[in-house]
Amino acid sequence: MLAQGVGIVETIVVLLYLLIVVYLGYLGWRRTKSAADYMIAGRQIHPFVMAMSYGATFISTSAIVGFGGVAGMFGMSLLWLTFLNIFVGIFIAFVFLGGPTRRMGHRLDAHTFPELLGQRYQSKFIQVFSGLVIFVCMPLYAAAVLIGGSEFIATKFGVGYELALLVFSVIIAAYVVMGGMKGVMYSDALQGSIMFVGMIVLLIMTYSKLGGVTAAHQELHAMANVPSLFKGIGFKGWVTMPEFGWGQAKYDLWWIVVSTIVLGVGIGVLAQPQLAVRFMTVKSKRELNRAVLVGGIFILIMTGVAFVVGSLSNLYFYKHETVTGKIVAKTENIGVIAKKKRALEARIPCTLLHIDTNNDGVADVDVVEKGHDVVRDGQVVLPASKLMPAAEVKDLGDGMVEVRPRAVAFLRAVVQTKDGWMFNTDSIIPTYVTQALPGWFGLLFLVTLLSAAMSTLSSQFHAVGTSIGRDVYETVTGKHGHGIGVTRLGIIIGIVIAVLLSSYARGGYFIARATAIFFGLCASAFLPSFFGGLFWRRMTKAGSIASILVGFVITAFWLLFIKDEEARAIGLCFKLFEKHSLLLDKPNWAVVDPLVVALPISIIVAVVVSLMSKPPSEEHLRKCFRGV
Amino acid sequence: MLGIESKGILAVYLLCIASSVLCVVYGLLSWNRGETVPDDVKW
Repeated sequence: MLAQGVGIVETIVVLLYLLIVVYLGYLGWRRTKSAADYMIAGRQIHPFVMAMSYGATFISTSAIVGFGGVAGMFGMSLLWLTFLNIFVGIFIAFVFLGGPTRRMGHRLDAHTFPELLGQRYQSKFIQVFSGLVIFVCMPLYAAAVLIGGSEFIATKFGVGYELALLVFSVIIAAYVVMGGMKGVMYSDALQGSIMFVGMIVLLIMTYSKLGGVTAAHQELHAMANVPSLFKGIGFKGWVTMPEFGWGQAKYDLWWIVVSTIVLGVGIGVLAQPQLAVRFMTVKSKRELNRAVLVGGIFILIMTGVAFVVGSLSNLYFYKHETVTGKIVAKTENIGVIAKKKRALEARIPCTLLHIDTNNDGVADVDVVEKGHDVVRDGQVVLPASKLMPAAEVKDLGDGMVEVRPRAVAFLRAVVQTKDGWMFNTDSIIPTYVTQALPGWFGLLFLVTLLSAAMSTLSSQFHAVGTSIGRDVYETVTGKHGHGIGVTRLGIIIGIVIAVLLSSYARGGYFIARATAIFFGLCASAFLPSFFGGLFWRRMTKAGSIASILVGFVITAFWLLFIKDEEARAIGLCFKLFEKHSLLLDKPNWAVVDPLVVALPISIIVAVVVSLMSKPPSEEHLRKCFRGV
Repeated sequence: MLGIESKGILAVYLLCIASSVLCVVYGLLSWNRGETVPDDVKW
């Protein structure tokens, strides 16, 4: 639980922030006169607003809480994702993709990403199918972001998780439904600015608390010998890459980090519908050039800080943290969930201390005191007494104690869920912020997280709405100009689905995995068609359809039958074959991301089918490519 | 350097900063480069 409650000042600041956001939504509504205004902000957005909106949409609580927590677990190897986010997600995207996307979008009068593909290939099927993929799958990514925001609000304000989820969703729905793309982008710019300040302060305070940049890194490096639950899968420390290789379980971590987390998200960003559409909201290439400057700095600070601080939190929890208060309860020898999956729940027997730090009789900090070995037939099968932290408790008199948890980040983030006590990766960053940093920063971080979640969710819901309103309804019925009402209805349906998913899925680093799944799916299904459409005149409608279907089907097959975590959670593979993954007995395959297999095949299919099919007409190509 | 002994992590730490600097330099050099393209659609 978090160490500090919410006072009147914090409540006022949050309400003031929400009022400003709703006002910006109202401003967007006032300035929305047409479908183009509602869907692509009238193609007249200022470069600063565009860059901050792109960055704030790109970076959500997934990056800060979800991936920051994964960095707390696995270390700074996640910085490869920061590099790809800047170099691919900003530089390549804006310099090489942004201009052609903007120009072709204007040429073809496209208002959405699926419409751009549909018009380029003269195919209603592509537009409708892409719209449906977004409508069905985007809520999964939105659920990941919602969980990140709601977890923090729930613990911070002491309200139920479901209530936090509901209030949070209603506020976002209000300004997206009302303000359209203009409302979304105006509020994004404000939220991005808040996020930037919050993360800069977080970085400075963390390094200064841990003795400076060099000292902090050296001390964290020296912690590589601390017992870890992840050594068996290749973990070698928080400032070292995991062990690389193929064919043994000890290489699993390298493939988890590189294939799912780094490649899945790092490449997937290029084909994100809610990001690509932003290239169509500016009036010239000049705005995109200027946006590169803002975006490059913004992404470095947002993801770089989250991953570095996530890693360094291990040093704080293990060597620096002390908790002073009264032990109000002790839970002896309870199984704490370390891994939660359908049909597999790994619990580690621990003794927990529940400490009251603000003298109100209620425990607000929970730490592991020690672990207990799991013994079967006289053999120790899990040496938890060595793997778990050994907290030091010093008696201060008057019932007060000083506890040094001496835990690494993953084992420090122990939270109570409806399934029992759990080590929750997604709680690492919130726990670090509330335990290590002063109360006023907790408030700034709260607004930072609210901003990160809301700026991404608003764009996700906007993309969900336009996919059903513009890409499915208008395309199928042919009733052009009536899409805004259906779009608004689509936004509400998307929010309801995301909320339902969010209340079902928590724990097991769901946030990072759900984000990676959506990014990987978009890359495998859309990237060849998007690139081919912009840069290869010979790319045909048949090539695009084949590539989209192959990318989608292989990704779905891999998630349902091969990738252990997801296949186990869905359960279809077990029902059909009575095992959780078809390649579970083959080392490493079950942790490889679908993108690694689906994207290369999707590219090959796009090229081969295009070369075998009739090229598009010269007239259509001239319309698409004049000036591109 | 910077207290990071692993070459892989040091490389990526510096690459992150370098790629961000690349974005800043590109943005400054092309600040005024890049005019508006519906009239053209009609045309």
